[in-house]
Amino acid sequence: MSKLKVASSPHHHNQRDTGQVMRLVAYACIPGIMLQTWYFGVGVLIQIALCMLTAIVTEALIVELRKKNTERVIKDSSAALAGLLLGICLPPLAPWWIAVIGSFFAIAIVKQAYGGLGFNMFNPAMAAYVMLLISFPVQMTSWLPPISLAELNFSILDAIYTVFTGFTIDGYSIEQLRVGADGVSMATPLDHVKTSLVEGYTVQEALQTPIMSGAWGLGWAQIAIAYLVGGIALIKLNVINWHIPGSMILAAMLTALILHLADSSQYASPAFHFLNGSLVIGAFFIATDPVSAATTNKGRLIFGASIGVWIIIIRTWGSYPDAVAFAVILMNMAVPLIDYYTRPRTYGHKLKTSAINNSEDD
Amino acid sequence: MSMFADYDQIMERIATQRLWDFPGGVHPVERKSLSNQESIARLPLPELVHIPVKQHIGVNGEIIVNVGDKVLRGQPLSSSDNAFSVPVHASVSGEIIAIDEHVAAHPSGLKELTISIRSDGQDTPFNYEPLSDYSTRSKAEIISAICKAGISGMGGAGFPTHLKSNNVKPIEFLIINGIECEPYITADDRLMREHAWQIRQGIDILNHLLQPKQVLVAVEDNKPEALKTLSIACQQEDHYQVVSVPTKYPAGGEKQLIQVLTSREVPSDGLPVDVGCLMYNVGTCYAIADAVIEGKPLIERVVTVTGEALAKPRNVWARIGTPVKDLLTFAEYDPNKQSYPRIIMGGPMMGFTLSSVQVPVVKITNCLLVPAHKELPLVEDERACIRCSACADACPVSLLPQQMFWHSKAKEYEKAQEYNLFDCIECGACAYVCPSEIPLVHYYRKAKADIRQQQIEKEKAEKARIRFEARKARLQREKEEREEKHRKAAEARKQAMNKDGGVAQDKIAAALERAKAKKAAAQAKAQTSPDEAKKQAQSVPAASATIVTSQDDKQAKVAAAIARAKAKKQERAKQQESAPASQETSAKKVDKPSNE
Repeated sequence: MSKLKVASSPHHHNQRDTGQVMRLVAYACIPGIMLQTWYFGVGVLIQIALCMLTAIVTEALIVELRKKNTERVIKDSSAALAGLLLGICLPPLAPWWIAVIGSFFAIAIVKQAYGGLGFNMFNPAMAAYVMLLISFPVQMTSWLPPISLAELNFSILDAIYTVFTGFTIDGYSIEQLRVGADGVSMATPLDHVKTSLVEGYTVQEALQTPIMSGAWGLGWAQIAIAYLVGGIALIKLNVINWHIPGSMILAAMLTALILHLADSSQYASPAFHFLNGSLVIGAFFIATDPVSAATTNKGRLIFGASIGVWIIIIRTWGSYPDAVAFAVILMNMAVPLIDYYTRPRTYGHKLKTSAINNSEDD
Repeated sequence: MSMFADYDQIMERIATQRLWDFPGGVHPVERKSLSNQESIARLPLPELVHIPVKQHIGVNGEIIVNVGDKVLRGQPLSSSDNAFSVPVHASVSGEIIAIDEHVAAHPSGLKELTISIRSDGQDTPFNYEPLSDYSTRSKAEIISAICKAGISGMGGAGFPTHLKSNNVKPIEFLIINGIECEPYITADDRLMREHAWQIRQGIDILNHLLQPKQVLVAVEDNKPEALKTLSIACQQEDHYQVVSVPTKYPAGGEKQLIQVLTSREVPSDGLPVDVGCLMYNVGTCYAIADAVIEGKPLIERVVTVTGEALAKPRNVWARIGTPVKDLLTFAEYDPNKQSYPRIIMGGPMMGFTLSSVQVPVVKITNCLLVPAHKELPLVEDERACIRCSACADACPVSLLPQQMFWHSKAKEYEKAQEYNLFDCIECGACAYVCPSEIPLVHYYRKAKADIRQQQIEKEKAEKARIRFEARKARLQREKEEREEKHRKAAEARKQAMNKDGGVAQDKIAAALERAKAKKAAAQAKAQTSPDEAKKQAQSVPAASATIVTSQDDKQAKVAAAIARAKAKKQERAKQQESAPASQETSAKKVDKPSNE
């Protein structure tokens, strides 16, 4: 008999590797993306495609420079997923260079400069989103209301033209498209409520305007529900744990409820916060990024809940209408600390106090 | 123990089938039906057996046979001269052909001391001495019988059974482990199905020895037949309870099973008995019944021979020492079904690959797994850890495998230990779920081995330091002793010298006496011839006599000699008056006293 192969136990492996995990997360986005495309047009898909392409090319180039196995790295699909998540978050008709700069930044700076997959401290998609939002606030907030494009007879070609030239085939700019029939610039519900509050309206008054009622407001809510379905599927498939999304949504809802009960004219209801903006997609797809999230179950609860509270705080008192990216990045920074102080009690050990005794670590 | 359930709570939960759970765990594909469909077959008598002298945790027994000896089946080959040694027995009758190093049933593939026997084909049994009616025997007699039969834990750890059974602390739960949670392995399953009664007899013996409040026979719920047969076998005894445990790997780990049944946790630095539990594998119970009731030593066991590279996977009764090759041949191993030859001893989660087919079956060998090409694919190179913590979710002892991995890989062993590295039971659940296919357990084993090595070296260094310091102290002591000796010797010499001085003084005194005598004689003579020289001679010895005590004896002697010479000269001068001749001789005589 020829020489026997020697290997270390276990010899048995779960057949789900990193690439499959990443791809499962991407597949779970599909219902949400479909609805988003339905409401906002093909621009959504263009942004996603641009982001994914740039992310993959950037990753390949850098991995090549770092003399690693490029094929294996690309096959883990992590760059593609980061691109996908960033693409989802971009306004559908934002100029093409927004997507390219953002994806390049996410991969080259946030991920690879820190050492590549597993070593990045921040969520690449969210760090890139924040960078874009601060650097290009106009382009990054130019959302159109859901379905409005259908009413404008906006074709696929129009979308492509707008993304790459800034104008539709007929020569309309995004700014012109955003101005509705009544001459009021249309915005996202979160934006609208925030602006109305600044202008002295109550939340209730803000919600009664046409932008919020009917199909438009419903559109955002349906998209949130679609991502919720995908997220629950991920939990069912054991791709993510319930701890982060659960605690994040619960904490956000509780914070919103307390504020709403205190003064319902100034603070929107928990349901409004839940169905608008990126709370749901953030909870299931963004905050659960394993690399930059807390790793113990107790830590995940703290991490998720803190993000939830931050989201409501920033939405309410901050200068930006949505806050998921900021909240996630804030808590990314706290992860080493959270992990250190939430070590589980090992079998047969007394409740740990050594975490406090051993001051130096990580 | 306050954080855990008490006896009554536990019994209530067991009665209502609401057991506890352990954290983590995994559900790998079981593949048990591959080997558990047929009854246990008997392997043909092996031509050659290789019996390692040490097959348990502890020390070797002393070998009591020689090369060339003829031995009978069941005859002891080594003694149990020490509490930590377990004897081994000839598993076939025949001739001892070698007592030498042979490749061991160990992941290292290293060699160990092994007794090889060539079978004579007769299988003649040794004359066993059964322990008649054990219930009337003393505890010591029963334990001695168990020890003499060479029984060590057959679930995998190989701890000497007589040591475990010699327990004095109170036992609430005697737990019989029929979990067999590793995928593929069905040896205990078949044994329980086919020999439930004998297992029950073994339990009776342990019950008699240990007097527990309750006996719990735990079987995973994926073995309904075994549950049924054992329930029937145990039904007469009120305090025997067969418990169906939910299938989850590694529920059969000692600590995990105790947690599932009692909610109690064995302290990290303690033993199951510290939480009122003692656990035996069903195979061990079977062997105990053999040992006590039949007087039969442990010379064979059930081995699952399984995997898709075998045409006839099944369970076999294999004599201890049978080379793995014999078992593979029996199960019709087809090398073409493997892209590279690979044989795993044990299960797919905790087993180890063999480096030779000459490795013998030992007392803890429960399975040989020979997977086909795609059945258990080899892992490619590990990828980067994505910090997903699937490992922590799977860990049954609530460790943080990811952190242990970082620190083990970076050789930061102190930090790895801070994360309780040594509490890892190496079950492999973490590496099983790792999406980056990092061989986590391998890193932990390496870290543990390095740490142990460091400790050995530290101890060595400590011993060397103590030796060095002892030597330094010894040298210092010797130096001091030597100096003391020298000092004393010098003192003795000085004293001796003072004594010599006395002698000299005596001599001087004697010389003076002589001189005086001569002077007196000379005076007597001088009275006839008064002379100037005679007066001088008279005064000089006197003067020298007064000085002599303070001067050194030589001078005194010289002076005395001069005095004598002068006296003689005077005498001669007196004589010369009659014969004035030899002036030269007298001059010579002046020099002479200095040479005396």
